[in-house]
Amino acid sequence: AFFWLVSLLLSSLIWFIAVKTSDPRDEPLQKGLLIFGVMFSVLLQEAFRFLYYKLLRKAIEGLVALSEDGCSPISIQQMAYVAGVGFGLMSGAFSMINLLADALGPGTVGIHGDSQLYFLTSAFMTMVLIFLHTFWGILFFHGCEHRRWWEITAVVVMHLAVSGSTFCNPLYVGSLVPSYMLMAAAAVWAYLLSGGSAQNLRRFLLCK
Amino acid sequence: MITIMNNSDSEEEPCNERTSLMSAESPPVPSYQDGLQASEAGKFQAHRKRRTRSSHSPNNVADEDVSAAGFPVRESTLDDEEEELTLKYGAKHVIMLFVPVTLCMIVVVATIKSVHFYTEKNGQLIYTPFSEDTPSVGQRLLNSVLNTIIMISVIIVMTLFLVVLYKYRCYKFIHGWLILSSLMLLFLFTYIYLGEVLKTYNVAMDYPTLFLIIWNFGAVGMICIHWKGPLKLQQAYLIMISALMALVFIKYLPEWSAWVILGAVSIYDLMAVLCPKGPLRLLVETAQERNEPIFPALIYSSAMMWTVGMVKPDAAARGPSQQIQDADEDGRENHWSPSHADSHVSEMRGPVPTCPITSFEELKEEERGVKLGLGDFIFYSVLVGKAAATASGDWNTTLACFVAILIGLCLTLLLLAVFKKALPALPISITFGLVFYFSTDNIVRPFMDTLASHQLYI
Repeated sequence: AFFWLVSLLLSSLIWFIAVKTSDPRDEPLQKGLLIFGVMFSVLLQEAFRFLYYKLLRKAIEGLVALSEDGCSPISIQQMAYVAGVGFGLMSGAFSMINLLADALGPGTVGIHGDSQLYFLTSAFMTMVLIFLHTFWGILFFHGCEHRRWWEITAVVVMHLAVSGSTFCNPLYVGSLVPSYMLMAAAAVWAYLLSGGSAQNLRRFLLCK
Repeated sequence: MITIMNNSDSEEEPCNERTSLMSAESPPVPSYQDGLQASEAGKFQAHRKRRTRSSHSPNNVADEDVSAAGFPVRESTLDDEEEELTLKYGAKHVIMLFVPVTLCMIVVVATIKSVHFYTEKNGQLIYTPFSEDTPSVGQRLLNSVLNTIIMISVIIVMTLFLVVLYKYRCYKFIHGWLILSSLMLLFLFTYIYLGEVLKTYNVAMDYPTLFLIIWNFGAVGMICIHWKGPLKLQQAYLIMISALMALVFIKYLPEWSAWVILGAVSIYDLMAVLCPKGPLRLLVETAQERNEPIFPALIYSSAMMWTVGMVKPDAAARGPSQQIQDADEDGRENHWSPSHADSHVSEMRGPVPTCPITSFEELKEEERGVKLGLGDFIFYSVLVGKAAATASGDWNTTLACFVAILIGLCLTLLLLAVFKKALPALPISITFGLVFYFSTDNIVRPFMDTLASHQLYI
């Protein structure tokens, strides 16, 4: 969570500087800057995920060295999951919490002609992002562990795609549907990578 | 911290926790002592006592002295295990501290957001005489710096006073001071707080009921904190009084002064604990020499330190050392100048239960808790509360400060595990918190607002 926060800080810094040095009345430029800011932020987030992976790697080595039986008390997969959840929660919290605070107060959604489903779609979008961050965490760490660079690039591309799809808002079908499909794909992939299989799933569902 | 020390004025029991700890199978994970921030030297009569300490080593050292005779060999062989155990249980201790710090912050933030009394400006403390209503920026900055200087010097004077008292064994005085402070905090501040909460929610309450509630709350609190009581209840009380104290600070410190004071206090904490002649360090060393529990300061302990045979579960009766200043009731509306008790000193009056037949082997790892001074709680909560109160109504800033403080606490505990001596808890967390507050408020907020208005997600 902390690492996500730092990445957010740095990316907003860049965006802020860019905005301040540009003309505030130029609409397309502002929009362009915003898009640039978003993409840059996505890249920074993934970079920080990588840094976090490096840090955890070192921590695991330290733990292994100190432990009695040569294996660390927490595995890298667990760490990947936790890292993903941390990123996701922080990202979700930052996206949603102001909305929630405003939702408590009096007001009408979309009174100025905006979409009336604003709160609902924001909630769904946040949820899908949190899930995605969790799965990306697992995929990313797995890719780093086994040196499969295509996995890492897949995660980055997916992230960019999801963020990019939100540019279609308020045409929600353009952003929510692809995001959910990507999430399903990422979920299956992460599940398979973590050692799951159709058989395990069946056994779990049938409570064997 | 406080490694479970006896009451300083009680007779030294031959077999106190320390000895039992030392003889225990596993090396005692030293209690973490954060920097002692003893601004005990109260101002005038009321002294702000701030003690944030989590000492690690002093206890260890003390323990070793005591039990050295018995188990000299064991010590050396236990060193390696100690490292592992420290790390293994480090995570557990971190969690044990996260929960109370989080709870305190939640209480403070919830109150700030809902009860408007604490964000109204109704005067200032006498410790910060310079007003910040000046038109020019330079003047305002100057005033806040002057306020800070006054506040810090008061804290230093109080701490030195306390150290002197301790050196000359004026235990009765110190205890009386602490009891008065906690009395004021538990009764007066709770009364005000309850009054404001009832006003906010428009709930009517008659005086007899109010009296009953406050009386019970205060009496049980006094007993729990200064004497014996269930551990959870003690912890709950300490969290509540920390929150109350933090709320008072948030209300009565002017804007810029509050931030400068936070920064200055963490620097002071760093120096007072680490410099060889620092007052807090002197205190710790004196206590070690005398083999006494480090001066009872307000310290929050997360676990029981007693072995199975013990009676008392509370690891430390943290006595809020609050000095009460002459409460000027009338001046309440206008000027809180006289009365402010700073209950920072954690008086760890551990009811040392007749530590008797301590079956050393039964001492469980989990019983060694971590200790954090209440002053730390208070300042963390002040930072987060101020962020909640003044950050343009933005929750992101509050959340960012919260995460920053917790990470700082983690790092501090990590350093503690590495260095094994008393460390100040404030500097790292407060630095992170301040950095994140200012950056989030000014830089991240416009970005996030723009994103939210276009419903873009990153």
